[in-house]
Amino acid sequence: MSLDVDYDTLIPNNVGLSSDRRVLKALEKWHPGYISWWNDLIPQQFQQSPVYLRTAVSVDPKGWAKFDYVKMPEYRWGVLLAPQVDDRRIPCGEHAGEAAWQEVPGEYRAMLRRLIVIQGDTEPASVEQQRHLGLTAPSLYDMRNLFQVNVEEGRHLWAMVYLLHKYFGADGRDEADDLLRRSSGSEEAPRMLGAFNESTPDWLSFFMFTYFTDRDGKMQLESLAQSGFDPLSRTCRFMLTEEAHHMFVGETGVGRVIERTCEAMKAAGIDDPYDVKRIRDLGVIDLPTIQKKLNLHYTLSLDLFGQEVSTNAANAFNSGIKGRYMESRIADDHRLSDATYPVWTLVDGKLTRQDAPALTAINMRLRDDYTRDAAGGVGRWNKIIEKAGIKFELTLPHEAFHRQIGVFSGRHFGPTGEALSAEAYAAGAKDWLPSKADGDFIQSLMKPCFEPGKYAGWIAPPKVGIDNKPGDFEYVQLHMA
Amino acid sequence: MGEFVKQHVIDPEICIRCHACEAACAIGAIEHDDVNVVVKADVCNECMSCIPVCPTGSIDNWRLVATPYTLADQYGWSELPPATAPATAPEATDATVAALIADAHGGTARAPASASKPTINLYPPSKPIEAVVQGNYRLTAETADSDVRHIVLNFEGRPFPVLEGQSLGVLAPGLDWLRLYSVASPRDGERPGFHNVAITVKRSGACSNYLCDLKKGDRVRIAGPFGATFLTPDDPDARLLMICTGTGAAPFRGFTMRRQRQPKGSGDMMLVFGARTPDALPYFGPLAKVPDNVLRKLFAFSRVAGAPKQYVQDRLMDEAPEIAERLADPRTHIYVCGLRGMEAGVEQAFVSIAESVGLSWEALRETLRAEGRYHVETY
Repeated sequence: MSLDVDYDTLIPNNVGLSSDRRVLKALEKWHPGYISWWNDLIPQQFQQSPVYLRTAVSVDPKGWAKFDYVKMPEYRWGVLLAPQVDDRRIPCGEHAGEAAWQEVPGEYRAMLRRLIVIQGDTEPASVEQQRHLGLTAPSLYDMRNLFQVNVEEGRHLWAMVYLLHKYFGADGRDEADDLLRRSSGSEEAPRMLGAFNESTPDWLSFFMFTYFTDRDGKMQLESLAQSGFDPLSRTCRFMLTEEAHHMFVGETGVGRVIERTCEAMKAAGIDDPYDVKRIRDLGVIDLPTIQKKLNLHYTLSLDLFGQEVSTNAANAFNSGIKGRYMESRIADDHRLSDATYPVWTLVDGKLTRQDAPALTAINMRLRDDYTRDAAGGVGRWNKIIEKAGIKFELTLPHEAFHRQIGVFSGRHFGPTGEALSAEAYAAGAKDWLPSKADGDFIQSLMKPCFEPGKYAGWIAPPKVGIDNKPGDFEYVQLHMA
Repeated sequence: MGEFVKQHVIDPEICIRCHACEAACAIGAIEHDDVNVVVKADVCNECMSCIPVCPTGSIDNWRLVATPYTLADQYGWSELPPATAPATAPEATDATVAALIADAHGGTARAPASASKPTINLYPPSKPIEAVVQGNYRLTAETADSDVRHIVLNFEGRPFPVLEGQSLGVLAPGLDWLRLYSVASPRDGERPGFHNVAITVKRSGACSNYLCDLKKGDRVRIAGPFGATFLTPDDPDARLLMICTGTGAAPFRGFTMRRQRQPKGSGDMMLVFGARTPDALPYFGPLAKVPDNVLRKLFAFSRVAGAPKQYVQDRLMDEAPEIAERLADPRTHIYVCGLRGMEAGVEQAFVSIAESVGLSWEALRETLRAEGRYHVETY
């Protein structure tokens, strides 16, 4: 096992593919389908444009970020695993303390395969959801960030496909093929999770998606990085460093939209953030609409964590397949034989937290970790608003609001968690969630801005360039056919 | 005034708390709360592992401080406190290599603002990479009294990511310590995309004799890359004034080739190059082929029979008005590379040229250094 990436084979890797003929052949057979999926997806003019992308040349952190121009179809998607930790132990569950598995343990084969397939399915899905955004990019900088996110999601698909081919035989190969057969929003073969069949119609949605939904991905990867199945753990650990870039695109993207709105309001002498019409006439997105988008994407992402109380999650933890967020830093027995965890429940129609066996509350705990993590960026966004002297505060809505999965589904709650009648909810919804008219307004701002160093009027430039590049750097050398 | 120490800090305004740095740190020097990510001053060893994994660039901040900021200080920040003294990222993580570079650079230097982020120490001297010699060509005429060679190294597909102006270390068999050589090729290789690396070596000591005698196909142990400040600006509008003697031309070959492969900007390039005789001047032939409107060349020869001795400072003085115009232009980046003896003469020429247009070279040099626009590498 090497830290360095082998570029000898068609598929760059640090897993010794050139001496693993069976897997190499299987992956080479899968490769054309992948390339044609990619080529059909992204508009041709972008496929032929050199994009300033980051590629890992080593999984050692020092070799992790090399920047250069590359045409996306020529991007070397590879199979990269974080370095093996000597004498790694299974961190949790009934096998805690035993040596980590280097091969799939027979009794957990089905469970592992399913987890890998679900994770793998989200990766190409988001590329599909974002496929048209390049055409309306607010700058070459943002276009480059979009494509970086896209190629890395593509690489994450590769990572999961490698595990399927390497460890799951014929079943794994079938599953890998299905990952290319399903398609986001498709009637016949949709992606597996709901949030990944929603479209990403505009750039604010994209930023919200990368902030909130990719953050769910981050939490899932964090728990899989704790897996007792070592190849999965190592794969996810390396993916997490890439996922950090997606968090960055989301957090700074939303922040720049807010910054531009505040700046335009100040310049026009508008103090009232609810003076929506006048603010929109400035060609920027009003803060209440940004709050609505936040409400939507946050709650859709909460649904991705599944049922609050779940035996599947308990089994995955107990068998050592999936850990908790930062498992190694939690000071307990890592088995949860007697522990409890407070879980949302409804008692006489009232929301309350009640202790449940911690083992079955794994999803609830991860969702709480997620909410804490997501709150950090909201705090930063509010600092931008505060600095501009505008009286407005973005908040995460209550977890009960607008939910389709779990204890809150099928009932009506407002953004502060108050139980509502169906009528009251319907009446309030237009103030809480983006309407069609809100979407149309945002869409009307989505005009491309492709001149180096220039930004569309609804978004502020970034504070720092990618790879320390100056403001007018040509992040994408657009191919003019 | 007490002793200043360099402290690694994270810019909380730019950081997005992804904790990728924390995961990359092998010695537990980074931790976080719900708001900030902070660095333990007494644990961080400047190994630079956290730098490339940061998606925002917030990680790459350095402060010179009398007393290091505590973790409590850092947790309380909503923005970085103002810098009281300039500090920059280290040039190498290995103390001996860092000392060699600091000596060559004449103290602390700053990289050009638009330079790409360098990778350093991917292969430390204790864990070198093996390269294969792809070619070894004599650059100076057989009649010249110096034997200078262009040696091309191939890393066989393994990564050795260099920027123009960086150095690599050669570990010659039987020698106790490595020797540093400037990279003479651009970042993407002798030919674009080939990612091989060239060095310029003058036969003068045990290590260079070893290198000069290498044959095609021989294997050689390499450490690096090293160096984080003697770099070329990526801004195509930046103007380059490059002054060198002998093998000091190596980085400038890389700079020039890099420029020629970049989208064209308004920045011009001037090379002032000194050697004893034309046939002792490395790359004389290829240089002569670069058109003057791409690279203006001023040669100084000190041992040509029948001609007066000319040194680089004499050529600078010959073209004083042109040099003065460049000194005053905020887009100009100046590089000096070669034998240590050349520095004094070049300094004198700059003092005199600056004075002629009412500038103080000493003050100007400080500004240029602070802005990452004046770079010296002498040995």
